[in-house]
Amino acid sequence: MATEAHAAEGATGYIVHHLTPLSVGEGFWALHLDTLFFSAVLGALFVWFFKGAAEKATVGVPSTSQAFVEMIIEFVDQQVKDSFHGKSELIAPLALTIFIWVFLWNFMDLFPVDIIPGIAGMMGMEYMRVVPSTDLNATFALSISVFGLIIFYSIKIKGVVGFAKELTCTPFGPWMMPFNLLLKLVEEIAKPISLALRLFGNLYAGELIFILIALLPWYIQPLLGFPWAVFHILIITLQAFIFMVLTVVYLSMAHEDH
Amino acid sequence: MSINATLIGQMITFTLLVWFTMKYIWPPLIGAIEERKSKIAEGLAAAEKGQEEMELAAKNAANVLKEAKQQSADIVNLAQKRANEIVEESKGTAKTEGERLLVAAQAQIEQEMQNAQEKMRKEVSALALKAAGQILQQEIDKAKHKNLISKVSEQLGQA
Repeated sequence: MATEAHAAEGATGYIVHHLTPLSVGEGFWALHLDTLFFSAVLGALFVWFFKGAAEKATVGVPSTSQAFVEMIIEFVDQQVKDSFHGKSELIAPLALTIFIWVFLWNFMDLFPVDIIPGIAGMMGMEYMRVVPSTDLNATFALSISVFGLIIFYSIKIKGVVGFAKELTCTPFGPWMMPFNLLLKLVEEIAKPISLALRLFGNLYAGELIFILIALLPWYIQPLLGFPWAVFHILIITLQAFIFMVLTVVYLSMAHEDH
Repeated sequence: MSINATLIGQMITFTLLVWFTMKYIWPPLIGAIEERKSKIAEGLAAAEKGQEEMELAAKNAANVLKEAKQQSADIVNLAQKRANEIVEESKGTAKTEGERLLVAAQAQIEQEMQNAQEKMRKEVSALALKAAGQILQQEIDKAKHKNLISKVSEQLGQA
């Protein structure tokens, strides 16, 4: 595949081909089918596996799958308890969903870069980008949802007036109102943007390097591909973890009254 | 690379996933975890309590054993003392009985000796009378010489 593509379109063509999503529609109403499909499948996988464990959940000796799921649940719960001190039905499940879903997105990065697009190509699909976190739409969908929750909880806990006061009167007091507002707006808007771009950037770069390694001669590929894949196991977990923890931290900030 | 309607689709998927997790996945699992935690804590507490009780029981048992030993020693002592007493008592009784038997035997011997003496006296007196009779033949009238005979008989008895 690599050599064919290389020969046909050149290295640039190969890279661009791998990073072009399978999309339908034009302009804003275009849909990236690959992103939607893979994230839905991965979400279903997550729900199926965890629901299975939840249904069979027993207080007694847990089965292997239950122990595994419980380990993740306890880990997430500990993270949430460490940073979020209020009471919320939503935040822990939200954190779990983000952690596992993002991890699974990122995990798609560990499949050899040509396998799934190759199969899709045989089925007549010209483009196929399998890692949802290399799609800005996916990462922004998460971070904008989180941002919505931040605004929702800020207003719910502090009230409209309290939230407006926090936006305008901190950190320098009411005399610096416009400046405060500017600072606060930047601070708030930076949250979803940094969340989305951090995840996107890390995974996009990681995927790009896999694609570059795939362009090398076959005898060098394992030499570079293997260490990068091992390193990437760390990266994909870490990025999912960071996204989760920052979400919890932002939401706990939204809950705190200053 | 551009932002488009995929974003909205992803947000819908995300919302559904979070809702499902919140409703059906998180509560049973965290519930099971918490319940198991409390069960384990209870179990540990029970184990600790059991151990304490066991130590206490061991202490009690040692006390009881000590007491029992003391009691048995007391009983043995008492029994020994009682046995000694019984032995002494029976010794005493035997001695008294022996003495009594001795006395009785002596009395009987005496009695029999007296009886024998009496019998002998009578026989001797009869014999003497017979002999005297044969010697004197009809010279002595039993009725006439009654006084004399009894006197002789008495003298024989005293001898």
